[in-house]
Amino acid sequence: MSRLAERPLPASRERPPAPRAPVRRSVKPLARWRRDRLLLLLAAPGVVVVLLFHYVPLLGNVIAFKGYQPFLTIAESPWVGWDNFRVIFSGDPVFVNALTNTLIITLIQVLFVFPLPLALALLLNEVISERLKRTVQSILYMPHFLSWVIVVAIFQQVLGNAGMINAFLRAQDLETFSIIGVPELFKVLITSQVIWKDTGWGTIIFLAAISRVDTSQYEAAAMDGAGAVRRMWHVTLPAIRSVFILLLILRLGDALTVGFEQIILQQGAVGATASEVLDTYVYNHGIVGGNWGQAAAVGLTKGVISVLLVLGANKLAHMFGERGVYQK
Amino acid sequence: MGKPNRVLMALRGLILGLGCAAVILPFVAVVSTSLATQQEVTANGGFVFWVREPTLASYQAILSGGVVTRALAVSILITAVGSLLSLVCTAALAYALSRPGSLGSRPILLAVLFTMLFSPGMIPMYLVVKQLGLLDNLLALVLPVLINAFNVIVMREFFLDIPAELTESARIDGANDLTILARIVLPLSKAVIAVIGLFYAVGYWNAFFSALLYISSPEKWPLQLVLRTYVVNETPMGVDDVGSGSDSLPPQLSIQMAILVISIVPILLVYPFLQKHFTKGLMIGAVKG
Repeated sequence: MSRLAERPLPASRERPPAPRAPVRRSVKPLARWRRDRLLLLLAAPGVVVVLLFHYVPLLGNVIAFKGYQPFLTIAESPWVGWDNFRVIFSGDPVFVNALTNTLIITLIQVLFVFPLPLALALLLNEVISERLKRTVQSILYMPHFLSWVIVVAIFQQVLGNAGMINAFLRAQDLETFSIIGVPELFKVLITSQVIWKDTGWGTIIFLAAISRVDTSQYEAAAMDGAGAVRRMWHVTLPAIRSVFILLLILRLGDALTVGFEQIILQQGAVGATASEVLDTYVYNHGIVGGNWGQAAAVGLTKGVISVLLVLGANKLAHMFGERGVYQK
Repeated sequence: MGKPNRVLMALRGLILGLGCAAVILPFVAVVSTSLATQQEVTANGGFVFWVREPTLASYQAILSGGVVTRALAVSILITAVGSLLSLVCTAALAYALSRPGSLGSRPILLAVLFTMLFSPGMIPMYLVVKQLGLLDNLLALVLPVLINAFNVIVMREFFLDIPAELTESARIDGANDLTILARIVLPLSKAVIAVIGLFYAVGYWNAFFSALLYISSPEKWPLQLVLRTYVVNETPMGVDDVGSGSDSLPPQLSIQMAILVISIVPILLVYPFLQKHFTKGLMIGAVKG
């Protein structure tokens, strides 16, 4: 379930025209087979895995149209048409709650989390000492590599009622606070966890884009009397605009996907009303609750909408003259 | 480039300093508490920010047999076997796709790229794993994530940049594709192989949800599930859950923090290497449709 956005992608790349392996001339099929069969053999294990764990499950989405029961096979289960999708359109409160939570969390994160790496990258870019900059980067990238279980555990230990900060406040006879296990603050909590984990990592791609800016542009701007702020506005920001848009497109494609592991780990403490999102709904309703067909219908709808969002956002980017994720 | 504004500079330093502190200080406290004795934990009312009489009792307790030791072995096994298999399959597939015009390479490449756009969904995935008889089998933590499309593309790009003179002259000397891959392409790609191998390894080490989904027997739990149960959910550890030997356990909080430290340390060990290469190794790869 790893997504494209997991790792930074450069928006564009200029490569000197390197001599590549020559295109193999098309010959007769049998000769081609004899020539390339070793290559096909090499590709085979990977292809089997991709087919078995991407394309077979893709077809397995037919259970969204079936009344699946665990003791029947998918083929044996009766067709039920669009029945399973009714849960999406009938205003079922549990589903609506999951959808609302998902959209609210996405909105919060696009507004407050998404711009942070850019801001941090601009800050880091102004650090003159190369060594200091690298040290700070090493520290800030680190949390990205920790699992969500570890991040959640660390947050509990630091911010929990018996956590580090409250223990300190208690020792000073000060008022303690609680954010862990409070339903009203759950969205704040998970947002702060995302910020802690991934803001540093998110700067990489912006720093790479900034480093491509021709320094003579800064010098020219300075000669023309531009101060630090105007240089940032007129030189740095235009240079990273296409990267920013690319990442925004990818983020939009993930609009319906919000921190599944992160939320499932902390759901017990705050209850479903505050924390259920679409992915946890599919898990709780389908795998735990046994409503396989309905959960698959929700998952399928979510997947289709996500693809449409990426394609739509990409189209929009093209209309505004940007490169987007892919080109026609 | 203009005069540096002092207030701005101080503000910048403050923000970056706070950011670094927010990452480092929790680690210090976690390590410190894992080394603390019962007296110190009680005296501090919980967390021990700076331990005065460090003891390895917690580590001894959890590493001399019991739940954590077993989970550690499972995690190491999955990470080692998984990363190795992933690397072999990824490199082989990437090489096959890096010979333009070869039979079937175009449709295979498109099929791999398409997996990045659409994820098949949790329920069908679960049912496929179930149909294959992989439920409660450690292979379920490896096989579904064996191939990561992004890694295939990055490695393919890297292989494409290897000068054709090298591979073609070997071909004229009678080498087949397998020999070219093993003798020429792979030795020239050590950096990208190392980086992608480490990314796979971190992924396997950190995998939590797949284990929650597919593994039901506690004796097959990887470390992340043990972490969830004993650290996130704070289920107390009994004498039976740790290695034999002592009747009295170190403080629960120290045990919890020791489990946390054990699961973080491997990441910290490979981190300097990862950090040195990920920008270089991964920025060269771009998604090309």
